[in-house]
Amino acid sequence: MDTKVTQLDKQETLATNGNDRPSVYKVNDLNLWYGDDHALKDINLDIKKNEVTAIIGPSGCGKSTFIKTLNRMVELVPSVRTNGEILYHDRNIFDKDYQVEELRTSVGMVFQQPNPFPKSIYDNIAYGPRVHGVTSKKVLDEIIERSLRGAAIWDEVKDRLNENAYGLSGGQQQRLCIARTLAIEPDVILMDEPTSALDPISTLKVEELVQELKTDYSIIIVTHNMQQAARVSDKTAFFLNGEVVEYDQTDRIFSNPSDKRTEDYISGRFG
Amino acid sequence: MALPEKQPVDKKFIDPAAVKQSISKRLVVNRFTKSIFLMGLLFGLVVLAVLITGVLRDGIGYLSLDFLQNFPSRRPERAGIYPALMGSIWLMVMIIPMIFLIGVGSAIYLEEYAKKGRMTSFIEVNISNLAGVPSIVFGLLGLTFFVRNMSLGSTLISGALTLGLMSLPVVIVSSQEAIRAVPQAMRHASLALGASKWQTTYKVVLPASLPGIITGIILSVSRAIGETAPLIMVGAAIFIARAPSGFFSEFTALPIQIYNWTSRPQEEFQYLASAGIIVLMVILIAMNSVAIWIRNKYSKRY
Repeated sequence: MDTKVTQLDKQETLATNGNDRPSVYKVNDLNLWYGDDHALKDINLDIKKNEVTAIIGPSGCGKSTFIKTLNRMVELVPSVRTNGEILYHDRNIFDKDYQVEELRTSVGMVFQQPNPFPKSIYDNIAYGPRVHGVTSKKVLDEIIERSLRGAAIWDEVKDRLNENAYGLSGGQQQRLCIARTLAIEPDVILMDEPTSALDPISTLKVEELVQELKTDYSIIIVTHNMQQAARVSDKTAFFLNGEVVEYDQTDRIFSNPSDKRTEDYISGRFG
Repeated sequence: MALPEKQPVDKKFIDPAAVKQSISKRLVVNRFTKSIFLMGLLFGLVVLAVLITGVLRDGIGYLSLDFLQNFPSRRPERAGIYPALMGSIWLMVMIIPMIFLIGVGSAIYLEEYAKKGRMTSFIEVNISNLAGVPSIVFGLLGLTFFVRNMSLGSTLISGALTLGLMSLPVVIVSSQEAIRAVPQAMRHASLALGASKWQTTYKVVLPASLPGIITGIILSVSRAIGETAPLIMVGAAIFIARAPSGFFSEFTALPIQIYNWTSRPQEEFQYLASAGIIVLMVILIAMNSVAIWIRNKYSKRY
């Protein structure tokens, strides 16, 4: 049911091809505190469908906190408080009756450090579908092949699906984690500095992958690396001290930023 | 940005000559401490070896299939350990599921579900304190609560409940440690895929912590099996001519039988006690080996 709707939406977006894409996330006056520490201040962002949105900023500016708020993983920190709203497809994710499990099934996440389970490659990918009730071996086999192909790692692992995922290299592990996220058929993929633990070649592979994935998914990527943001993203948000300083088309941000602080940051004067 | 120019070092704080001199002194201290630690280890090993050889020398001649199958008797050559052996095995079989369910359940609740706060840490501190309570106190508790108040009598079930209660604190604490050792990244990976807390616990946390949990359970069960005091308090029979047949049978256990034999005046009973100790030790060593085997088989690296 849902997938059909998504495909229809996709055709629409392809037709309009550009700026009036529908929104996946609308963030309205989001504030977040860790105890007394005001980590996110009045965030307002409109994140579009089938785009890559990059979030850049210096360490400690709240970019990771923000991306973890989008699937409410941030709530695992005991002292967190939030107010404001995040509308995901027009529904506030902080609503009492919004179940995080439901949210996290449509909003997948890839972490900074590759974190495969200490299980076989097959079981890693099958984990999500099994959690959501898929038991048929035939269906699982299909999901696994599709997910691994989607994450551009199928050819490297197809002969060793039953080997432990810990035997893979760091870059392969990260692509495995992306495949694991694809297996729950999400709508949005959040990536929290997905290449910061990887070597340049693996980084390049993940970046190419992000480009391919955006035709089917909306991607929000936190990155430390400004060249990466410039290479992969359509829109960029610059965070500083818990505030969004500037949010615009990536080429605008990098060629003609409207805020002095953005210009200072991207030209390497601080951060 | 240009690097600031390097300041010339005009003064050294570490004098190479003095270092050279002190090195030999430090190495003497190093050798000295090393030999003290080695002596500590050897002392323990030697005492253990003496004890074990003593027990083996006295008891090995009395070990036989008859010894394992006979009932206790006033005549040493016919006396056996069968009811006590069965009693101990029954106790073990009853204690393990009990402490697994209650102990691991409590540990999961405390680690995964309970809000970290004053109440939780108060409970945790008290559980750790309970682990240090002498076993005879648990025996008293068992006598008042299980034997008298709940009218279970001096039966296997009373003994098992008492020993189980005594083992629980250690099981809870060691299970908590095993659960805590599972990296947060594993939980996050699972939760981010939309798994519920229980699915995450059951599919990720428990399999990863099971070796540690099982090791803790086996070690505390083997301690419980060697306990005499709480069972005497609960009223395990000193002399019994029947093997237990169910939860509500009277029973005796290996340590009690051994204690009984050592308090007899005739010399032969001392040898029987040694033979009993060998049987008990074999059970304990077997259980500990199982614990080690499980840990090695299921340990996964992170």
